[in-house]
Amino acid sequence: MLNGVGALLRGLWTTLKHSVRPAITVRYPEQKRTVSANFRGRHRLYRHDNGLERCIGCELCAGACPSQAILVEPAENDSEHPVSPGERYAKRYEINMIRCIFCGLCEEACPVDAIKLGPEYELSDYDRGSFVYTKEMLLDPEHYAPRRQVHADVDVPRPGYTDGGKGLSDLYGTYRPMSSSTPRAKRDEA
Amino acid sequence: MEWYYPFIVLAKVVIVLIGVSLAAYINVYFFRKELGRMQSRMGPNRVGPEGLLQSLADAVKMLIKEDTIPADSDRLLFKIGPALLIIPIFVAFAVVPFSNDWSFGQTVLHPVISNTNVGLLIVLALTSMGVYGVVMGGWASNNKYGMMGSLRASAQMISYEVTLGLSVIGVVMLAHSLNLGDIVEGQASGTFATWYIVRQFPAFIIFFAGIMAESARPPFDLPEAESELVAGYHVEYSGARFFIYQTAEWSAMLLWVCVAVILFFGGWLPPFGALSFIPGWLWFIAKCYALIFTIIWVGATWPRIRYDELMTLNWKVFLPIGIANFFIVAAWKTIAASLGVGV
Repeated sequence: MLNGVGALLRGLWTTLKHSVRPAITVRYPEQKRTVSANFRGRHRLYRHDNGLERCIGCELCAGACPSQAILVEPAENDSEHPVSPGERYAKRYEINMIRCIFCGLCEEACPVDAIKLGPEYELSDYDRGSFVYTKEMLLDPEHYAPRRQVHADVDVPRPGYTDGGKGLSDLYGTYRPMSSSTPRAKRDEA
Repeated sequence: MEWYYPFIVLAKVVIVLIGVSLAAYINVYFFRKELGRMQSRMGPNRVGPEGLLQSLADAVKMLIKEDTIPADSDRLLFKIGPALLIIPIFVAFAVVPFSNDWSFGQTVLHPVISNTNVGLLIVLALTSMGVYGVVMGGWASNNKYGMMGSLRASAQMISYEVTLGLSVIGVVMLAHSLNLGDIVEGQASGTFATWYIVRQFPAFIIFFAGIMAESARPPFDLPEAESELVAGYHVEYSGARFFIYQTAEWSAMLLWVCVAVILFFGGWLPPFGALSFIPGWLWFIAKCYALIFTIIWVGATWPRIRYDELMTLNWKVFLPIGIANFFIVAAWKTIAASLGVGV
């Protein structure tokens, strides 16, 4: 019986200890956890260092997509003003984010590392039409991803994760915001 | 008797009613926050600063909800059930003294609505009435869970009332009075050593278990065991009637805590004479919240006990201890009286 009373008192001591410890709660909309380096969130399309789009319009991502969320419409590159280094480029590149299940098969299928799943995850919106992300939106997450998302976290190396403390940029390479110097933007202006 | 006497009583009634209702909502917030902390959570933190308005938001929500009455229920009993629970509890606050007397020049104000000689008896009698509200609500709902909840509630409350009544006998014998104010003054000596929790510790344990069973706090919350009975006797209640049931439960807990502070913790008396510059009502509130914290603490820690364990604990453990305590106090008083020593 004394054992039983001792166990009851130990239980009381445990709850009392926990009541003075800080809560483990993350107060979500105000505080955000840094996402893991291999987090699969909103897609990003990447560019080469010289500004050319990596995507060559091969449609392998669309074929790999289990929920048929990706639409790629390829076109021949103009050799004077190439959009991508290959023969072809993606004239249209759209992802229907309502269909997407964030499995990451598109980035595994991509032969030129053009598409990666990024760290942004707050993707809610008000109408179905705005869930179809166009190529411009995917190339420029800084501008088109939800405003509330913290981008500053993304490239900070995070020790403690199993990837050896690498930031996303170490794994994925930096993405370039679309600027007026890209060939595509120049052609659009003309 | 002065001409303004009725107005003073009326003012006291209004103040106690408002104070008790307010305290019930503060207790709900305190309970949620403290339970959250014990479970490493934040507790309510969205409504108002640090969630302080959560109870108010819940009250407003419950009051504007649709008030449904089940089709096959006994409509009359269903409607008066909550009232039968809350009225005796609010009435019982009439005999609870919240502080020592305040004097304004010649006028002395007693911070108790009715300074009656049988205060403790009235509290016990009125809280026994409360079980009718619980039984009636569960029965009139025509719901199996409600029925079982009210069956459990009636068995539990009636059983624990026996030991509850027994545990206060020792205190009453020591204080020579059933008046709650006199019981507090009977513990006065300047230090906490003469509080009845020191002299009547086994009785306090029984009393404390009894008040937790009476107000259906965990680990004695079998009448509303959510894992088995959904919500127990008030499973069919919604809107304002559910709100009344909730208020009644929290007020009952507050009432019992006040009585426990008066009987065992010296009411408004400071634990040391040196601390007597702090007003009595502050001591009273501080002690009440210390006890409420203990109730939350125990509820957050210990699992709900099984039904047969509940009954075994009461009839085979608490009842013999209570009777033994009664005889020991009686014998001690007789011996002390024959030796001419004060108790």
